[in-house]
Amino acid sequence: MDGFLADLQILAPGLGTALQLAGLSLALAYVLGLVLALLVDARQRVVRIAALVVIEVGRGLPLLVILYLVYRGLPQVGFYLDPMPAAVIAFTWSIGAYASEIMRSSLNAVPPGQREAAAALGLAPRSAYRDILLPQAARIAIPPLMNLAIKAFQLTSLAYTITLSEVMQAAYLRGSVTFEYLRTFVAAAVLYAAVAIVASLLVRRFERRLHRHL
Amino acid sequence: MFQYTGYILAGVVGTVAITVAAFLIGAVLGVPLAVASRSAYRVVRWPAISVIEVFRSVPNLVWLFLVFFGLPEVGIRLGPWATAIITLGVTSSAYLAEIYRGGFSGLGQGQWLASKALGLTTWDRGRYVLAPQLARVVSPTMATYAISLLKESALASTIGVVELTFRGGLVAQRTGDGLTTFVVVGLVYLVLSLPLAYTSRRVDSRLRAKFSVG
Repeated sequence: MDGFLADLQILAPGLGTALQLAGLSLALAYVLGLVLALLVDARQRVVRIAALVVIEVGRGLPLLVILYLVYRGLPQVGFYLDPMPAAVIAFTWSIGAYASEIMRSSLNAVPPGQREAAAALGLAPRSAYRDILLPQAARIAIPPLMNLAIKAFQLTSLAYTITLSEVMQAAYLRGSVTFEYLRTFVAAAVLYAAVAIVASLLVRRFERRLHRHL
Repeated sequence: MFQYTGYILAGVVGTVAITVAAFLIGAVLGVPLAVASRSAYRVVRWPAISVIEVFRSVPNLVWLFLVFFGLPEVGIRLGPWATAIITLGVTSSAYLAEIYRGGFSGLGQGQWLASKALGLTTWDRGRYVLAPQLARVVSPTMATYAISLLKESALASTIGVVELTFRGGLVAQRTGDGLTTFVVVGLVYLVLSLPLAYTSRRVDSRLRAKFSVG
């Protein structure tokens, strides 16, 4: 048991790095997602297609391949990135693509009557968007976007493959010293599960609150 | 780098084999898990729900390392291929059980009660009343899950399974051309997910045609 607690202590700083990576890339991914969601409906064909390609590639490639593309591929065209910025770029791309899909379908899920009613009331398109459509779409989009955040946190374990010192790397190094791989990886699993389970309980609670007045 | 394209493409076999095998294991094991998680008995329901939650809250990479590096300490030694297939298969059962559960609750009690009133045995009710309707409801979601499993299979490369991503890594190392290599690898994943997306839409519309009432 002492060994297990020592493992947890050694892995804890890695958890900080993982949360940092998840937080940073989520903040960027939500912005990217909103931009992509709006660009997909753009009037110019070129813009529309470009946005779709960014989304489909971001969702269609394994995150591991995107990580390698950024960390091992970009140096060839002169971009040398440290593990953390490389991971943030790869995560932002992948998570942003998923976020844009969630935002797009949430915007589409607002009943068409709302848009028509706003037009009938003589609201300017800009105001209809900001005051009528976006608030309702946000209510639909927030729970899945929060679940996406949990997924992003779990995926930080992949950054181990590009030598970021997060939980998995700490666990692997610890295991190679003590040869107690089982104990150490169980400790890693407990850390991930603790964060993920607490977070998903919070999401569920928040979801209930969102729907309280509906 | 392009003289290695054939070498990379040969990895398709491994990637598809892992995806298909893990999906089948998950689809089968997910059924009892889903049924148990909806049981009327708390002693059956709680363990099943806990198993589903724990499998889903720990990242797949952690499971892979736990099984590959940890389990040999307690005498369970699996090769890289077996580890990848069994681990991804078992964790998939939790994700698929959740999909089945969603399908169950979408069906409503009426079907189950009506078939009981008609005097069908429990087995016949499951086989002829619930299963066909469930298949229609859950098959698109299952296909979406299969696509994400295809991408998850890239994780197997981290424990030395020689599939698509692993081969890409080797070629990148050997040629020093990580950019082109991982672009090619990424394209292969995109192409592989296309037929799955196509089949899901086809199965969806065929099942809809077959079962739609009125």
